[in-house]
Amino acid sequence: MSTVDRPAGAPAKSAYRQMEESIDLSTMEQPLTGYGDGASHELLTLNMGPHHPATHGVLRLIVTLDGEIVRDLKPIIGYVHTGIEKTAEQKAYWKAIPVVERMDYLAYFFNSYAFCGAVETLLDCEVPKRAQYLRVIHMELNRIMSHLVWLGTSALDLGAMSMFWYCFREREAILDLFEYSTGQRMHTRYFQVGGVMEDIPAGWAAKVKEFAEKMPTRVDQYGALLNKNEILLQRLRGVCPLGEAELLELGVTGPLLRAAGNPWDLRKAMPYSSYEDFDFQIPVGTTGDNYDRYACRLQELKESSKIILQALEGLPEGPHITGDRKISLPPRHELATSMEALIHHFKLVTEGFRVPEGEAYFPIEGPRGELGCFVRSDGSSKPARVHMRDPSFVNLQATAPMCKDAYIADLIATLAMIDPVLGGIDR
Amino acid sequence: MPDQTGLELLAQTVGDAVPDSVLRTVHFRGQGTIEVAPGAINDVLQALKGAGFRALSSVHGVDYYPEEPRLGVIYELLDMTALDRVRVKVRVTADEPTVPSVTPLWPTANHQEREVFDMFGVVFDGHPDPRRILMPEDYQGHPQRRDFPIGGEPVLFTKDQDTDYTPKVRA
Repeated sequence: MSTVDRPAGAPAKSAYRQMEESIDLSTMEQPLTGYGDGASHELLTLNMGPHHPATHGVLRLIVTLDGEIVRDLKPIIGYVHTGIEKTAEQKAYWKAIPVVERMDYLAYFFNSYAFCGAVETLLDCEVPKRAQYLRVIHMELNRIMSHLVWLGTSALDLGAMSMFWYCFREREAILDLFEYSTGQRMHTRYFQVGGVMEDIPAGWAAKVKEFAEKMPTRVDQYGALLNKNEILLQRLRGVCPLGEAELLELGVTGPLLRAAGNPWDLRKAMPYSSYEDFDFQIPVGTTGDNYDRYACRLQELKESSKIILQALEGLPEGPHITGDRKISLPPRHELATSMEALIHHFKLVTEGFRVPEGEAYFPIEGPRGELGCFVRSDGSSKPARVHMRDPSFVNLQATAPMCKDAYIADLIATLAMIDPVLGGIDR
Repeated sequence: MPDQTGLELLAQTVGDAVPDSVLRTVHFRGQGTIEVAPGAINDVLQALKGAGFRALSSVHGVDYYPEEPRLGVIYELLDMTALDRVRVKVRVTADEPTVPSVTPLWPTANHQEREVFDMFGVVFDGHPDPRRILMPEDYQGHPQRRDFPIGGEPVLFTKDQDTDYTPKVRA
């Protein structure tokens, strides 16, 4: 432990500084053996991040390099850890929805749905069919939006500037649709326990239909720009593949697993929120390289558009939220005439509803894989534990096996294709 | 999700493979939980892996404070062929918070066990890289514990940095 000599007369170090300097970080130094004799193969340990443009957030990678080749890689995370799981424990169930939404900031509808779904499981609450369809429409729009951000930024990492503008053009259209139906562009808090906050406004369905019909053409245009691009193909094709068996061991789900040929998709395998009503396909890859990861997501954009059109077509009439007044707020107009409605409105807004004691895990297919929310209730109106199994957090573990013995430039391309969202990783 | 009978049968299978491992089963809202002895977790998960639950979806911690044993570690298992899920739970005390690591069996548990250690202080015996993951290396305490107060951690303000300032360390 190194100590810095202080000039005479300087104040003695405070106990805090001494404690700080006594921390032993030797466990972090894990030397890598098995490469060269030390003379011909000099390994260089390089720090990438946390502020690196290609890390899609504040991800820090300790990279051990042998020339230009990555021999080992350790992700260091936690730079945007905000204790959301702890915060959610201090809030009534329906006030926890906004904080939970802010975990993976590109998948806010998914976050709130996983949480609401877990609470609905604990409450044994039936969600009306119309609410389920509205949820599906919003989640699939969200999936397209998330994939567009991935495509734009990934193409940017690989040197394709214009893709970013095209993707964000469509993303803006989706955010406008969110603003139209929910009042917010991001972190909308539209999903409520038992259904959705409000029914969709007049004219919204037509606008969504127009967008969803246009989207597959846009995807073809993206493909026309990228699919035969020599630079893109050289950066993606055959680069950093990882087999299905190893991905499963690492717990990797979502497009990364499907790119390796395993058609695992919770929307098909264990349908929730009426996904069994829709006709859509699961795009899978063959070799599990970066190109497959890219191609799978591109096709998913089209499949999501298909689901949206079907959900709009078959959108059932009926209530948008459960009629259980112990869970959902009474309609506004009743407050002036009904004493019971006023009391329940007051109780729900101040204390919130109580949830029976128990534990539930609610997994859904997020844009990046299995997004599961674990909620434990102790019988009070606040959750005793909220945990989000975020796909980015688990998928990040595959970075090292994917990039081992690849060029450092391929590390950037692979990281882009893994599509980690640091808000979800750190929570 | 197994039904009540399916869960009991599964617990029976586990109990046969690893004697005296099953402590209790809970079936609630269509989801099954098997609580097992902490020491037997590796054998239990191995047995369940043999029974088809080949994927480990999630590992997370729970603090049951003030109940004892207060710390829980939960393993969410998934059978991708039979489309089934089951939850396995172990509980340990805060004085002896040691659970064998399942990382050798399921590499996916690596980061997740580190998070449980970071947030709850559960020590995973045999983990290849037992460090904190989300909180800083020099952080003291385990913030997801129920008795860890919000806003309770010591903060060194600039005005105090050269005075003798001793943070109030929480367990």
